[in-house]
Amino acid sequence: MSFSIKKEGEVVVVDVEGQLIVGNRQELKQKVLDELERGDKRFLIDFAQTGYIDSSGLGVLVSLSKKIREQGGELRLANLNDDLKTLFELTKLDTLFQIADTRERGLNSF
Amino acid sequence: MNASLDQRPGDEVRVVEVDIPSDVQYIERVVELVRHECRQMSFGTRQIMLNVPVALTEALSNAILRGNREDPGKTVHVIAWVDTHRLVVEVKDEGFGFDIDRCTIDPTTPENVEREDGRGLFLMRKLMDRVEHLEADRGSIVRMTLHRG
Repeated sequence: MSFSIKKEGEVVVVDVEGQLIVGNRQELKQKVLDELERGDKRFLIDFAQTGYIDSSGLGVLVSLSKKIREQGGELRLANLNDDLKTLFELTKLDTLFQIADTRERGLNSF
Repeated sequence: MNASLDQRPGDEVRVVEVDIPSDVQYIERVVELVRHECRQMSFGTRQIMLNVPVALTEALSNAILRGNREDPGKTVHVIAWVDTHRLVVEVKDEGFGFDIDRCTIDPTTPENVEREDGRGLFLMRKLMDRVEHLEADRGSIVRMTLHRG
């Protein structure tokens, strides 16, 4: 499991490879907060290569979304597979996040 | 053989039994062991990709963080029985137990949806057919059952 971060135009794109769970959620949080501190405002997390997410991972996404909004920015998500979509629907987090079907649509949504 | 699996004549039962330290870094390995056996028993793709890993991660995480409070002197015992009908998995910690009904919140209400925590037990109960909390000798057990789909 790992996270890679790159800038695409004005958007910071984070790829989550593997799981986003209790054992690695702090790493994702810190990486995004570091970028936020550098002044970036637009964030897209791409789950195309993600296996599963647990409640801690969902909690970190909620936390990051709040912190980014507090700084006047926005966090959006892309490429949730059907299982991950179900997870977001079960927890109603699909109502909290703007979720794009593809990375490109996510990038264009800002 | 634990009576909870209710084995039928001729059924092959695969068993995973492991003790892990109270460290969340061990969770993924246990999940992979159990998922592997579910795959062998032809559980559904969604069950292997979503139900089993998420619910088991939650149970292990609760045992390590809440039950054992990450005490390096305590271990978490996991035993799973898998056959062609169902998965039964028990996660035992060395904590004081909890009231599963009182601890489960509904994270989907407007006042809870932006909470950063509180989704673990809710997800376990949504993703498994049955979740029970049992008192044990020096600890407590969460037993989860999922019928093959």
